[in-house]
Amino acid sequence: MPVRDKIETMPRQELKKLQSERLVWQVKRMYERVECFKTRMDEKGLKPEDIKGVEDLHKLPFAYKKDLRDYYPYGLFAEPLTNIKRVHASSGTTGKRIVVGYTENDLEMWANCVARMLEGIGITKDDIFQVAFGYGFFTGGFGLHAGAEKIGATVIPISSGNTALQIQTMIDFKATAICCTPSYAMYLAEEIEKAGVKDQLSLRVGVFGAEPWSESMRKEVENKLGIKAYDIYGLSEILGPGVACECEYQCGMHVWEDNFIVEIIDPETLEVLPEGSTGELVFTTITKEGFPVIRYRTRDICSLEYAPCKCGRTHLRMNKPSGRSDDMLIIRGVNVFPSQIEEVLINIGEGKITPNYLIKVDRVNNNDTFDLEVEMSEDLFADDLKTIALTEKEISEKLRSALGLGVKVHLVNPKSIARSEGKAKRVLDLRKI
Amino acid sequence: MIVEQISVFVENKEGRLLEIAELLASNNIDISALSLADTDEYGVLRMIVSDPYKAKDALLAQGIIGKVTDVLAVSISDEPGGFAASLKRITENGISIKYMYACVSHQKGKALMILSVSDLEKAEEIVSSNKDDVAPTEIYRLEGKK
Repeated sequence: MPVRDKIETMPRQELKKLQSERLVWQVKRMYERVECFKTRMDEKGLKPEDIKGVEDLHKLPFAYKKDLRDYYPYGLFAEPLTNIKRVHASSGTTGKRIVVGYTENDLEMWANCVARMLEGIGITKDDIFQVAFGYGFFTGGFGLHAGAEKIGATVIPISSGNTALQIQTMIDFKATAICCTPSYAMYLAEEIEKAGVKDQLSLRVGVFGAEPWSESMRKEVENKLGIKAYDIYGLSEILGPGVACECEYQCGMHVWEDNFIVEIIDPETLEVLPEGSTGELVFTTITKEGFPVIRYRTRDICSLEYAPCKCGRTHLRMNKPSGRSDDMLIIRGVNVFPSQIEEVLINIGEGKITPNYLIKVDRVNNNDTFDLEVEMSEDLFADDLKTIALTEKEISEKLRSALGLGVKVHLVNPKSIARSEGKAKRVLDLRKI
Repeated sequence: MIVEQISVFVENKEGRLLEIAELLASNNIDISALSLADTDEYGVLRMIVSDPYKAKDALLAQGIIGKVTDVLAVSISDEPGGFAASLKRITENGISIKYMYACVSHQKGKALMILSVSDLEKAEEIVSSNKDDVAPTEIYRLEGKK
């Protein structure tokens, strides 16, 4: 399959040199422009001049998801808003969304990253590409859209949801490629099987990401849809989709190292771990202008593969993240933090609800189910069902608007949610992925 | 007459109702009337008992939520049209009924109804000015016995 950009096969020695130059540039401009970064550098007694290349990366302070909330909405931008062409947002650790911004160059770089990935798996201008990721605050839809346009494919911007329309469109428009979350791909595959229309499809390739999925899910999607299924990785704090993706050999996801530097750290000691270790993935964006980050802790646990790939690319590969170093859950592609739920519960009826809850996540017919047990309290309880039902509805609706995700609320007896060492167990994730 | 009712939150789990009944029994609490309102998810058990506050504390000690509220006890004639006549007097005065259930009566020829209404005081006034009213001993009979 073709390699779009010769930088993808640049010898690692040269790549490292390029990263060093770009890192020095980024540290200097962020020190001058981003207050949060400057404060942390000053606290460590570091000056931009102390950073001479990637070998000094480990000296730099970390950045956290919490920073995006503390500096909401624009406090971490390194360009004035006049240079920001677009913003995207995703859920933060509590009610507030986190906001990221892109300059013209950032959008161009993003589209190129996605374009490299699409070409790397054999998508060309002759493909008809159905973008079934959501368009909006979520980076999925717009990200894939721009990359597919860049390579000249015919883009169907259908966005997420409405399965019947997705299938009809796929058939009528003769879509050859599709992108969406893996669980939605499974659902689509099943509906297509049920409708018995597989032979009317023109699909040959799929790009899936934004939530965890397994090799067995991949095999199933591939068999049911008669396609090759590829894994992508991205997060809006770094870029969106296109940070990393598989090539035709499906042996880990190439990280575009001319734009990003990755490290694996021990989430406890914060030490950088040697090559091949499994630990927390940390990103530094060395070309991004609008919303750059240095040593951003993703909380994703994975390992990196530095050996040259059969495809000829020299950029390292990250393995599929095996878990999280925090309590974030990914439910139907949406990031959910227990703290978000807690905040909603605390704010209902001024303490009417004790923040004792249990999140139950499962996967039924390849779709995530999301249930929440909330303990009944004396203040919440009433002798008539209508009052209780209203409170229940209030909880569901507030959660839906805070999380962007529907949740089934169940009221249970007080103190019935198991507590271990005085602290309630908050999450029961029964999914076998 | 206004009487105190205890409502209890019943989780939708096997054996919950039995647990409540046994707790009341072991605390020597007598039940004069009860009704169970249910949804897919949970139920609300409403009862007139010999000692609603003792019942509430006993249940709470086992992690079961109860609430004591005022409801109206109405005595009606145990004959065709008796219920309709009582209801008419209440609803004619613009009072709506949220829920109701029957209670055991120890007075021959009389039936007892427990009502939750939109305006309790007004309903009480209407009832007490009529033969519909219930003598306190009729409901709290067991309390008096001890």
